[in-house]
Amino acid sequence: MTNKTMPHAIELRDISKRFGAVQANKDICLQVPAGTIHGIIGENGAGKSTLMSIIYGFYEADTGHIEVDGKRVDIRSSQDAINAGIGMVHQHFMLVENFSVLENVMLGAEGGALLKGGVAAARVELQRLAKEYSLDIDVDAIVEELPVGLQQRVEILKALYRGARILILDEPTGVLTPQEADHLFRILKALKDQGVTVLLITHKLREIMASTDNVSVMRQGEMVAHRETLHTSKEELAELMVGKKVRLTVNKDEAKPSDVLLSAHHLSQLDSQGVKRLKEVSLELRAGEILGIAGVSGNGQSELLNVLSGITPMDEGEIHFAGQVISAKAPKNAAQMRDLKMAHVPEDRHKMGLVTGFEAYEAAILGYHNSPVYNGKVLMNRKAMLDECNERMAAWDVRPPNPHLKTANFSGGNQQKIVIAREVEQNPDVLLIGQPTRGVDIGAIENIHEQIVKLRDAGKAILLVSVELDEIMALSDRIIVMFDGAVVGELDAKDADERTLGLMMANAHNKEQEGVSV
Amino acid sequence: MFETLILMLDATMRVSTPLILAALAGLYSERAGIVDIGLEGKILGSAFAAAAGAAVFGSAWIGLCFGILASVSLAMIHGFACITHRGDHIVSGVAINTIVAGLTVTLSMHWFGMGGQTPALSGDARFLDITFPFADALQDVPVIGAIYSNLLSGHNILVYLAFAMVPVTYWVIYKTRFGLRLRAVGENPHAVDTAGISVSFIRYRALIICGILCGLAGAYLSTAHNAGFLKDMSAGKGYMALAALIFGKWRPVPVLLACLLFGFLDAVAVRMQGVEIPGIGQVPVQAIEVLPYVLTVLLLAGFIGKAIGPKAIGRPYVKERA
Repeated sequence: MTNKTMPHAIELRDISKRFGAVQANKDICLQVPAGTIHGIIGENGAGKSTLMSIIYGFYEADTGHIEVDGKRVDIRSSQDAINAGIGMVHQHFMLVENFSVLENVMLGAEGGALLKGGVAAARVELQRLAKEYSLDIDVDAIVEELPVGLQQRVEILKALYRGARILILDEPTGVLTPQEADHLFRILKALKDQGVTVLLITHKLREIMASTDNVSVMRQGEMVAHRETLHTSKEELAELMVGKKVRLTVNKDEAKPSDVLLSAHHLSQLDSQGVKRLKEVSLELRAGEILGIAGVSGNGQSELLNVLSGITPMDEGEIHFAGQVISAKAPKNAAQMRDLKMAHVPEDRHKMGLVTGFEAYEAAILGYHNSPVYNGKVLMNRKAMLDECNERMAAWDVRPPNPHLKTANFSGGNQQKIVIAREVEQNPDVLLIGQPTRGVDIGAIENIHEQIVKLRDAGKAILLVSVELDEIMALSDRIIVMFDGAVVGELDAKDADERTLGLMMANAHNKEQEGVSV
Repeated sequence: MFETLILMLDATMRVSTPLILAALAGLYSERAGIVDIGLEGKILGSAFAAAAGAAVFGSAWIGLCFGILASVSLAMIHGFACITHRGDHIVSGVAINTIVAGLTVTLSMHWFGMGGQTPALSGDARFLDITFPFADALQDVPVIGAIYSNLLSGHNILVYLAFAMVPVTYWVIYKTRFGLRLRAVGENPHAVDTAGISVSFIRYRALIICGILCGLAGAYLSTAHNAGFLKDMSAGKGYMALAALIFGKWRPVPVLLACLLFGFLDAVAVRMQGVEIPGIGQVPVQAIEVLPYVLTVLLLAGFIGKAIGPKAIGRPYVKERA
């Protein structure tokens, strides 16, 4: 299919984009041959969505430029992108829910100040598109009454109706059932046969392997590899996505696991769209051990943490903890779980772990603010709060040791120390800890790891969720691998190596579970 | 009895006019996603500007232009705060109401020195009632005469304009490109933005229309319904229009009906003043005047159908990662 003399459908040259301190995209180069399906794969936060938003004119790149069909184009707005023949199917649909399919497709391309003429024309055109690409849909249906798969079809129709020759799909299967996903890939194939160039953004390896011609891998804002799909494998891609880093070592003795402190039985959870995000997850957590949850991010780890910590209720299954049975019928919220001596260091400290506008001493008691330690008869006991914060800052080496500094103004590592110290110093029985060292500098990583091991040796049960394989391997005593919301494997940390884990994370270790039919 | 009814309906039309204009103004604004609690302030501002303009230049039409200008300016301030600077819609609207309530009185004292009023208007400085052809001749024909000559004929131009704005608004909202985009922007501005349309531009245009309609409502109060500006003469009409907008579920025709209902209740309240109802005694006027708000609250509480507003209403549009 690839013709060397033909210009590329789309070419990116040295695209960089920075948001404040975060370099979201760095010197990205990409060439997509016309009439191919090109996959872009990378973990969440690797910069895929930012890159696509730049192509679609949602953001402007700081440097670099875009070429379409060999010609340089200046894309400053979505309108520019549409004019250049680029269409996008967003991860979260850009549809007006109480409009009909027809109105949604026409929006922005009405063909005149009055709707009447445009409506007739759009009907005819939609019929043609439906026939050509097998995108059948009732054009008068109200979008919110359609199933998710059909809503996505409306998005595709919207792009095609505007004459898109390059179609970008951002995590298109995230909201789809497997059957709907299979249908989507058939549609993409039909589009490709008609000469449309498809850019498929995903973090799911099997979709890449099953449907693309070429694949590019992104990691931490950079484009790290380009491969022809035929000449690569899931294992190689998984490794490229995760990356090989300097090996972390943590000094720790053999674990001495004892009693089961927490057990989960067949936990399932649905998201607001009704898609199962957590599928029948069962696990046991023993005192004196660190259980690592490995997996490419977005495979149910966050949901698991949320359910275990009581932030979101489960839809099925039960948790046995501290002599209590917690189920969908008898749920406990996060505060109640805390009272049972469960501590939780959330994955995203900015969104869930801290109030960034609070001063450190205030943030350091969040969730425990009703404790008598911090309260007088009527007012809060500021002195107790400050004293304790000073003590902890010294013990955990938080810099600068200023309890009055707003938490937003600490570096990532020090923010994380404030959160971890808050949870650990309450002397919990079970500690759930998500991405403990995300965005934390090397020095702080060591410190945090030491503290986690210390806690284990003190006989606590620790559940560690991390997308950093090294961290999982360095800290865990036992490792569970999650894929697509389910537990796909469990192994002793001694038997784990990157290759085995990578295969499990891609769910490629078990051939029967394969299954994209295109 | 029939004549009483005609008289009350006649009063209903007069009282409803500013409600209809203001509620339609709110419809454009809120359908585009901008909460407009500042209807009240825009009406009052326009009432003052129109009366002042009419008093100085001796023409109701020039007064109307001033009224519209004042109201649109206020709408643009609201837009600047809410659209450009993503401010809180309620705060901005309330600020406008407060500023206008004070400013109109202050300016009229300074300019006219009549204790916060404008000079009484007469002749061309007011919108006069229009008598339909043959209205006098048909006066005495039973039923038809009463309806044609007493109810339909004999209102000023702004009354007819207000009623005409209902089908016009329906047409604009549902049958034009602008209307489609306006509705979309109030439901999901992200969809509009990704379709390559400027969210801000549509919202500003919606607010200009909103300003014009509020301008008409204000000018009606001071240069047609009354003969001059009085302190706080809008007397909650903007809030009642907002209630009617919600009661009519943000749709032009139901909004019209809600305005007529509220106007009718007002007419009843006036009529009931001091009237003894056998067995009950005198009904306090306030008991009837409060009905529009009670009905709206009941509606919002879900007792009378369901009022679901535009989804993106009151939320500033911020481009964010898809």
